[in-house]
Amino acid sequence: MISLDINGKTMNLDVDPNTPLLWAIREHAGLTGTKYGCGIAQCGACTVHIDGLPMRSCSIPVGAVSGRRITTIEGLAQGGKLTKVQQAWIDHEVPQCGYCQAGMIMAVEALLKAKPKPTDADINAAVTNICRCGTFQEVRKAIHAAAKA
Amino acid sequence: MKVSIPQWMPRVSRRSFIVSSAAVGGGLALGLRLPLGPAVVRAQDGSPEVNAWVVIRPDDTVVIRMARSEMGQGTITGLAQLLAEELECDWGKIVYEYPTPGQSVKRKRIWGDFSTGGSRGIRTSHDYVRMGGATARVMLVQAAANQWGVPASECTAAKSIVTHGPTKRRLSYGKLAEAAAKLEAPKNVKLKDPKEWKVIGKPVARLDTRDKVTGRQVYGFDLKLPGMLVATIKECPVFGGKVKSFDAARVASLRGVKKVLQVGDTAVAVVADTFWQAKVALDQLPVVWDEGPNAKVSQASIMAQLAEGLGAEQAFVGNQAGDAKAALAGAAKRVEATYFYPWLNHVCMEPMNATARYTPDKCEVWVPTQDGEGSFAAVLAASGLPADKCEVYKINLGGGFGRRGAFQDYVTQAVRIAKEMPGIPVKLLWTREEDMVQGRFHPIMQCKLTGGFDAQGNLTGLHMRLSGQSILKEVRPAIVEQQKGRDPLVFQGVADAGEHSFNYNFPNQLIDHAMRQNHVPPGFWRGVNINQNAVFIECFMDELAGAAGKDPVEFRRQFMGKHPRALAVMNAVAERIGWTQPAPAGRHRGIAQMKAFNSFVAAAAEISVQGGNRVKVHRIVAATDCGYAVNPAQIERQVSGSFVYGLSALFMEENTVQNGAIVEKNFDTFNSMRMAQMPQVETIIIQGGGDTWGGIGEPTICVAAPAVLNALYKATGKRIRTVPLKNHGIEMV
Repeated sequence: MISLDINGKTMNLDVDPNTPLLWAIREHAGLTGTKYGCGIAQCGACTVHIDGLPMRSCSIPVGAVSGRRITTIEGLAQGGKLTKVQQAWIDHEVPQCGYCQAGMIMAVEALLKAKPKPTDADINAAVTNICRCGTFQEVRKAIHAAAKA
Repeated sequence: MKVSIPQWMPRVSRRSFIVSSAAVGGGLALGLRLPLGPAVVRAQDGSPEVNAWVVIRPDDTVVIRMARSEMGQGTITGLAQLLAEELECDWGKIVYEYPTPGQSVKRKRIWGDFSTGGSRGIRTSHDYVRMGGATARVMLVQAAANQWGVPASECTAAKSIVTHGPTKRRLSYGKLAEAAAKLEAPKNVKLKDPKEWKVIGKPVARLDTRDKVTGRQVYGFDLKLPGMLVATIKECPVFGGKVKSFDAARVASLRGVKKVLQVGDTAVAVVADTFWQAKVALDQLPVVWDEGPNAKVSQASIMAQLAEGLGAEQAFVGNQAGDAKAALAGAAKRVEATYFYPWLNHVCMEPMNATARYTPDKCEVWVPTQDGEGSFAAVLAASGLPADKCEVYKINLGGGFGRRGAFQDYVTQAVRIAKEMPGIPVKLLWTREEDMVQGRFHPIMQCKLTGGFDAQGNLTGLHMRLSGQSILKEVRPAIVEQQKGRDPLVFQGVADAGEHSFNYNFPNQLIDHAMRQNHVPPGFWRGVNINQNAVFIECFMDELAGAAGKDPVEFRRQFMGKHPRALAVMNAVAERIGWTQPAPAGRHRGIAQMKAFNSFVAAAAEISVQGGNRVKVHRIVAATDCGYAVNPAQIERQVSGSFVYGLSALFMEENTVQNGAIVEKNFDTFNSMRMAQMPQVETIIIQGGGDTWGGIGEPTICVAAPAVLNALYKATGKRIRTVPLKNHGIEMV
């Protein structure tokens, strides 16, 4: 049994400690908003926050994060109220297929916590997620809009 | 395990099409213009179908039903706009659902073609979808007129409400649907003139955004069914190879493993409680492959085969005027160049997957698919069950790009696995590595181009010889057979007629194809053959312009006189980027144009080069004349998104073969653009109108690469003719 703190809830999961956090979140905690894209920490689709920092959950064994504070896409909106980033994503119609967007949003949420008014260079450095639909132009607009909101 | 069925999944099950006998013979008010129909068809929640496209619930919710698949391109929203325009319904009350292929078969394909590829979603269904909305509107108005006992001509419909003009009485669609559904559908309803459109042409918000920002949208990868197990699979990495043996006992007792099995002749799979358990076991499973003769194929052997085709006698003609060979033989000056375009995997962000549940009485499959009917056919074949015992539930896709339409290999695999475990739903998930090596790849192609000039410097002839893979030969052999061996699709963008016709007329021209097949399965990759053809012809046009000492835009114009819409599109990008003015210091420009999927497209790129090999694409101006623009906001997104796909390929993507197998297995060796590399994209939309509607999802993808390559030549003086650019040590920054 591994005890995980996910979105403010303690979950005791019967999972092999070597299982990547991504799959523990998806298959044991049942939260499927966090996506698998590559399994080698390249694409960022699996990005979650661990103690507030954006991490690629496909490459972290679940046994290493017991007791740490984990936030997934499902944990952003509080009481149905979307975050500024999520709202900006809707206002600017960022998603196309949407598959990578949970990871993208988690990277951006972390960026805006660290740098509430990011420059384009800050964005380029912090948001390195892959999006095959190619939503980057709208992602950038939405980040600046969220920073102003 | 928790059951979670996405809210947009079809609520119209087979049970739902219960014919309401109460509807038959029901007395109606006077003034009935439309006769009674046979019976009311109902959705699963009991709401009446006004027609196949439109279900209206008592609370005024309008449920529209579309056969095409949403994979991010916005087609569902565009189709809803087309329907809403004619239905005169309240846009805020629209939801959508997918009819299932099984229902479609039962109802004589009432929803039309399910296949969602070739940028066809809107352009080849706009007529019947608009008619579906218009017909339903007429029925709703008639139902109101009947209830009030007034002529329908005194009633109007707007925002889901029918109003009787003289008395101002009003009834909402939700209150009229039941009566409207009992009427026989009118024939020959007149559609609106485009000048009257209020919803079509507006950048209305997509219908499918919210769940994508909260993590609630359920993709195929996320599906949960009661009692479900998860499988992952490995097919012989050498195409054409087979399973020789595998040692199931070595992994059978690993945690969670439920079954280790061979799938068909070519693959092995592990079924477990979770994906991760299945993957851990599959990675450890000893498998011996019978790789067959293809294991001897190398990249070098294929390149040699293609090079031979460049000079071969026999070739299929795609476009011919005058006598190009004679013109070239008599030319005062000849320009010659050979180009290359590689295999490319689609790399949808969501790897291939399908979930199947099989019993001898029923086979059901849940799958993200670009072609529900194609999936359905695969279920029939793999299950051995007749159509009335099969069903497919479509799930919105995490990317498609052509991988999930004509190819249903993952569906076949899922059904074969489920058949070994009757009654248990099995979700088959591919790893990224499996997805990379088992692709249906953009065809590999070389091209030799020769241009001839007379003594005065006039271009007198052009020969474009393609040598490489035909997709249709493998995927639609009947078409190739009809054409006596020729693949007409290979000439996309340079064809003599049709939706991909050439925008140039040269005094003498010959474009032909030496078909050279190999063992790597080719597929339709966003844009398909326009990707390489645009690089070949549009870079060579710049080479010819250089040889003639002319400006590339001026040079092109000479040969585009018969193609005014293409010319207007090219001129639009040239003007916007300021082609006749010098570029900002340190920047260089290139241009390209093409016609594809019945849209005219052009791009002008502005780049700079640092340190000789670090290329920054600052800006791309892109224009598209698609005839009619249904949702300009989504068109802009498709255009800028297509450049991410196209420029990723240009700079950093290539699949290669070693010992018969694909070498690149993940994003570490097959990279994709990031935020930092994204140019500013400015989209110009031109609505040329006419009877033919153009596509949006694919056409512009092809013009970005040649525009950038032409700019790169201006920047460096070096002409690069083989892509990707990483092979030349060039990096995108």
